[in-house]
Amino acid sequence: MTAKTWTQNNPLYLDYQATTPTDPRVVEAMNPYWTEKFGNPHSRNHHYGWEAEDAVEIARGHVADLIGASTKEIIFTSGATESNNLAIKGVAKFYGDKRNHIITCVTEHKCVLESCRALQQDGFDVTYLHVQENGLIDLDVLKAAMTDKTVLVSIMAVNNEIGVIQPLKEIGQLCRANKTFFHTDAAQAVGKIPLDVDDMNIDLLSISGHKVYGPMGIGALYVRRKPRVRLVPLIHGGGQERAMRSGTLPTPLVVGLGKACELASKEMAAEAERLHGFQNRLFEGLKERIPEIFLNGDLVHRIPGNLNISFAYVEGEGLMMGIKDLAVSSGSACTSASLEPSYVLRALGVEEELAHTSLRLGLGRFTTEEDIDYAIERIAKEVNRLRELSPLWDMAQAGIDIKSIKWAEH
Amino acid sequence: MAYSKELIDHYENPRNVGSMEDGASDIGTGLVGAPACGDVMKLQIKVSADGIIEDAKFKTFGCGSAIASSSLVTEWVKGKTIDEAATIKNTDIAEELALPPVKIHCSVLAEDAIKAAIQDYKSKAATANKGQDAAE
Ligand SMILES: Cc1ncc(COP(=O)(O)O)c(C=O)c1O
Repeated sequence: MTAKTWTQNNPLYLDYQATTPTDPRVVEAMNPYWTEKFGNPHSRNHHYGWEAEDAVEIARGHVADLIGASTKEIIFTSGATESNNLAIKGVAKFYGDKRNHIITCVTEHKCVLESCRALQQDGFDVTYLHVQENGLIDLDVLKAAMTDKTVLVSIMAVNNEIGVIQPLKEIGQLCRANKTFFHTDAAQAVGKIPLDVDDMNIDLLSISGHKVYGPMGIGALYVRRKPRVRLVPLIHGGGQERAMRSGTLPTPLVVGLGKACELASKEMAAEAERLHGFQNRLFEGLKERIPEIFLNGDLVHRIPGNLNISFAYVEGEGLMMGIKDLAVSSGSACTSASLEPSYVLRALGVEEELAHTSLRLGLGRFTTEEDIDYAIERIAKEVNRLRELSPLWDMAQAGIDIKSIKWAEH
Repeated sequence: MAYSKELIDHYENPRNVGSMEDGASDIGTGLVGAPACGDVMKLQIKVSADGIIEDAKFKTFGCGSAIASSSLVTEWVKGKTIDEAATIKNTDIAEELALPPVKIHCSVLAEDAIKAAIQDYKSKAATANKGQDAAE
């Protein structure tokens, strides 16, 4: 293989949790549906409509197959944000008269947390579970939080910052026993780990196209039929998608999501194994080259395509500036306008000073072993350079505990 | 976010990185910021008997703008009297490096670091003088 040269304007992509490139095979599958096969899938009167409808239904089948669902249980949406909003608000509003308590967790994606906040404004009770140091919820704490008023538990399958996998099957069992619906935001899990809605007792499951090598702007929500889960729709109109989500389906995007799920079904196992090797190579390589680095989140209960590491004594944004030929993201404050370090890392109990030194490294379908070695080389070089610049590194070397110093917080 | 050439140059080739002996009476050390806030600057000045800053060194934990701001001020203070150095304003630093608005706090920290180093030097000098008075 020829060695690629990565530059600031053509950086090596290691941010697969932010988004995944659309697989060329997905683009190819979508292409005819923009031009020749442009029909409205809801037109029942002519060939254009039928052909689009057929394509949509085939895609629905691929999405369903990937999670062990049936086609009638898949609703297409604009993405996981909409799916999460629909699942949480839809269930809460339908059943709220009888049960008005929701349980979620502090490390959820903002779209889940904000949907819950909105329901609190409408009078719902929401419990935000804390997580353990490894990023996983404590099942006993979940069990203790459930009451006969709990209508919904919404716990993400895989966390977008630290890649940890929640104990879905155990959560599903607890929910079923309590007659509580179980929703999981599986945006980062679909196509990465095996999911089976029946085996895991999942009642609602959110999917995002652009996290599974499909297009942006499309997603899906699995809504269980037996026993039936009912939702109040967010979007009213022509009654498409079994009246749970009105609006003309975007055929090319739906076809793209379907193709992406079909590919994932076939390739997930081999891909996971390959990425697992890369994850290991990257983590070991970094540990070998750089002392005092810390993994955030559990290593075992984790998707293979993610590492989130604190490089103590080197601020994350400063580090990213030195590795501009790598496209990664940081849990440090400074990347956002808020100046607060990542709420997910804080929820694990990671000290603020360490949270500021973290990088999220995301690996995926198009990552090569060469890429891993390049990343190790670049990160090690830059961390070691910046440590030479760091007064905190000096203090640590001199045996001074930085917590013993009275810092002026600003 | 596009950073200025000046900023990138200071980040990639920082000037005057290092440490000087903290205990020496002609050295003033300023340590400002906090690890929990994501930036810490250590700025040291070596002052001659006639009050001129002969040398300056820094170490910084922080983003590229924080590193560049502290590197820049080490260049600026060298050769100045401590009174002149004390007049360096964060706005001058921000302007020279074309800091984006969210990074203005880095220039504020650099100004604080100079002030803290001068203050430290002055208080050391004062105790040294007192010591001398007592001995006479
Ligand atoms: C865990 C998780 N949930 C939800 C979303 C939102 O997905 P979408 O971009 O499809 O709306 C994301 C992506 O940022 C995510 O990582």
